Amino acid sequence: MAEELKKVDVVIVGTGWAGGITAAELTKKGYKVVALERGKEQSRDDFIGAKDELKYSIRYDMMQDLSKDTVTARGSMKETAKPVRNNNYARFGNDTGGASVHWNGVSLRWLPYDFEIHSQTVEKYGAKKIPENCTIQDWGITYDELEPYYDKFEKTAGVSGEENPVGPPRSDKYPNPPLKTTPSIELFKKASTNLGYHPYRLPAANMSESYTNPDGETINACMYCAFCEEYGCDFGAKGDPIVTVLETARKTGNFEIRNESTVTEVIHDGTKAIGLKYIDNITGTEYIQPADIVVLAGFVFTNNKLLLKSKIGKPYNPETQEGVIGKNFTGHFSNISTYIGARGFFDNEKWNLSMGTGALGAKVDDFAGDNVDHTDLDFLHGYEIRYYHLGQRPIDNNHVPVGTPAWGKEYKEKNLFYHNRSLIIRAKTAFLPNRYTYLDLDPTYKDELGDPLIRATVHYEEQDIKRAQHGVETCKEIMTEMGADIIDLVDVPDDVKFDSKFYTNHFLGGAIMGEDPKTSAVNTYSQMWDMENLFVLGGSSFPHNSNHDPTETIGAFAYRASEGMIDYLGGEGGLLVEAKQTSKA
Amino acid sequence: MANNNNPKTESHDPGRRNFLKNTGLVVGGVAGGSLLGGLFTNQMKSDEGKKGKSEDAVKVDPAHARVFFGRFEDFIVLATATELIFPEDDNGPGAIGLDVPYFIDKQLAGTWGINGDDYRQAPFTNLEGLKKIEKADEKVNHSRANRGKIFLEGLRLMNAESMKRFDASFDQATEEQQHEIMSDLEAGKLDMKSIPSDAFFALLKQATLEGAFSDPLYGGNKNMDGWRMKEFAGARPSYADVIESEEFVKLDPISLTDYQRKK
Repeated sequence: MAEELKKVDVVIVGTGWAGGITAAELTKKGYKVVALERGKEQSRDDFIGAKDELKYSIRYDMMQDLSKDTVTARGSMKETAKPVRNNNYARFGNDTGGASVHWNGVSLRWLPYDFEIHSQTVEKYGAKKIPENCTIQDWGITYDELEPYYDKFEKTAGVSGEENPVGPPRSDKYPNPPLKTTPSIELFKKASTNLGYHPYRLPAANMSESYTNPDGETINACMYCAFCEEYGCDFGAKGDPIVTVLETARKTGNFEIRNESTVTEVIHDGTKAIGLKYIDNITGTEYIQPADIVVLAGFVFTNNKLLLKSKIGKPYNPETQEGVIGKNFTGHFSNISTYIGARGFFDNEKWNLSMGTGALGAKVDDFAGDNVDHTDLDFLHGYEIRYYHLGQRPIDNNHVPVGTPAWGKEYKEKNLFYHNRSLIIRAKTAFLPNRYTYLDLDPTYKDELGDPLIRATVHYEEQDIKRAQHGVETCKEIMTEMGADIIDLVDVPDDVKFDSKFYTNHFLGGAIMGEDPKTSAVNTYSQMWDMENLFVLGGSSFPHNSNHDPTETIGAFAYRASEGMIDYLGGEGGLLVEAKQTSKA
Repeated sequence: MANNNNPKTESHDPGRRNFLKNTGLVVGGVAGGSLLGGLFTNQMKSDEGKKGKSEDAVKVDPAHARVFFGRFEDFIVLATATELIFPEDDNGPGAIGLDVPYFIDKQLAGTWGINGDDYRQAPFTNLEGLKKIEKADEKVNHSRANRGKIFLEGLRLMNAESMKRFDASFDQATEEQQHEIMSDLEAGKLDMKSIPSDAFFALLKQATLEGAFSDPLYGGNKNMDGWRMKEFAGARPSYADVIESEEFVKLDPISLTDYQRKK
């Protein structure tokens, strides 16, 4: 029997950016907030002297312990899903701060096209342009409405960047100038410019200089030590929840994080959430934490699992296309959206590739979103081209030209020779939702508490493959202009299938936002249509995946949701947005 | 073969002597006695030269004891195989010189060897199912056998295959013969029960590279020579002053032993 605790104003699942921002904003207003975090407590002290590639990048020390809970994956409804057994196929965040602690820091706004993707596509190309199984829909909000929240996130996280020459309008410049540049970044920019593209520096939550954010939190200048992606920052130089929003919340005296607390269910009476049921991982004791507002700010799989298990919202059915929870699952899948592009080997150049930081680099947005006319293209949305200088560590980087033996003298020779002489540029592509790509509960595999694992069914549509192939071609074009002696493509075959890999943390959907309760789970304040005091934040609320990384948009919507929660608590309750019936459904 | 399968009737000494005698063959004639001596005698020549001329001075390296591999001949097959993957050459030491076999031995004795961080609930995928999986690392993930069992099966199979084909244990076969077996392993042509042999090759190669390039605290990358060959500077606190340089900047590597001590 679970022990019922004293009621608080707000209880949150998760302490990443979404949970952390909510905690900061609500505690600043005087509300009492408890966050339940299933991982361990961690602080900057844990990361000092933690420059250990084997521990963090190869054995994935900061990632979710899959022995206790994981996901299952399959490429179509016909297949039996297999569990993801090792972190080399899933780098889910864990511990205080979640994935936001070991993120690279790439901080991108999404495009006006993203939020109105259905109506803008129909208006520009006609409804027939949308492939049959493609389930894109408008989000119920415009870029202009979201822009102030983007600005707020960038200032909290201390983003270093420069204006995107083909990007959407901004109300203010980035709070910090771009990071230092390097010869290979300049080579990428020069080659892209020669080809008529418009490169610009990757906006980074790695500080180009020491910075104090509007909440008074100081983030130190980046040292370019190369242990950033997959690592907590040794220097407190990365905009992450530990050094910003969680610290801001802590200082108010209104905030408590309970670590080692695995939430198992949302307790509710059918119309309102009562609280969260959780288990103390150490003692096994079960508790119920009641609250006026319940916030799910876990990773996409956690949020969907809790909704399905708690029987909140109607589960999505791909056969009938009815229901919502689990619908429009998307992501940056490894072999079609992320780790594709062109690797160049340079016989007569040598760069300082062992140096760098998580979001050091440059990118080209000429093919992003709807930036090019899609009339004659056989896909919607687009891709961006990136060159990263994130610090090349030696276990993870053993690149030799295709055709080199996989072992022995020649392998070693070329491995060593090219270690500082090879560059990869990648296409990061959008992935649009389709009818057959969704989440539900696995019928076979269970977590350590005996609950079903979440199951991801991921089907690549033809347009996703064409978009990715177009991206690889552009990578090849730029790498050729950069002057590589050998170019190997990381290509996308016509028959490419989902590889069951969840490598980016960019996985989205399942509890998506919209205007109509029939086709969406939450409104644009991330408030559940079916349960007004339950807010479901994070990537789970995104109806599709852009070519841009999701973190900053997660942060922006967390600011908007916090504003909604403050209105809700200070007012008479009810829905913050009126539901619309759209013609589609 | 009967002898080889019964550790109680096998004396380690003959194996060691044979290994020493044949080291030239094993590593293509480039390894010196001290390099290989250190592998199994718990002794190595002082190669730092600090204490003057006493070339015969020996020191005991406590890292040079086996914890996972009980059977010496398994360890010799492992050492031979890793050196084939990453051989000593003009650039510097190979897997044996970097203590890669000891690194792998330690890793297999820990969480990694028993897949302790992995999701391990049945049903697993059978061998036929594993063969249909495209990526080698995924085959390893879905096998019922843990990494320790896969290593033992794979190494013993390589040795048995060598005995069968050449009437010589894997470490005593000629370099050409060793190449033949490694190539068959890589191509998935050796029949293993736990995983297809190409997946074991991939696991063996990955572990070899980890041993060559991880921080020396794990027992490999001896003297940071793996890093030196890659011109990787290890756990350096900052590159802020040099990252913009047009020229390649060569820096001495720093290990975590030094880095954490300074904090």
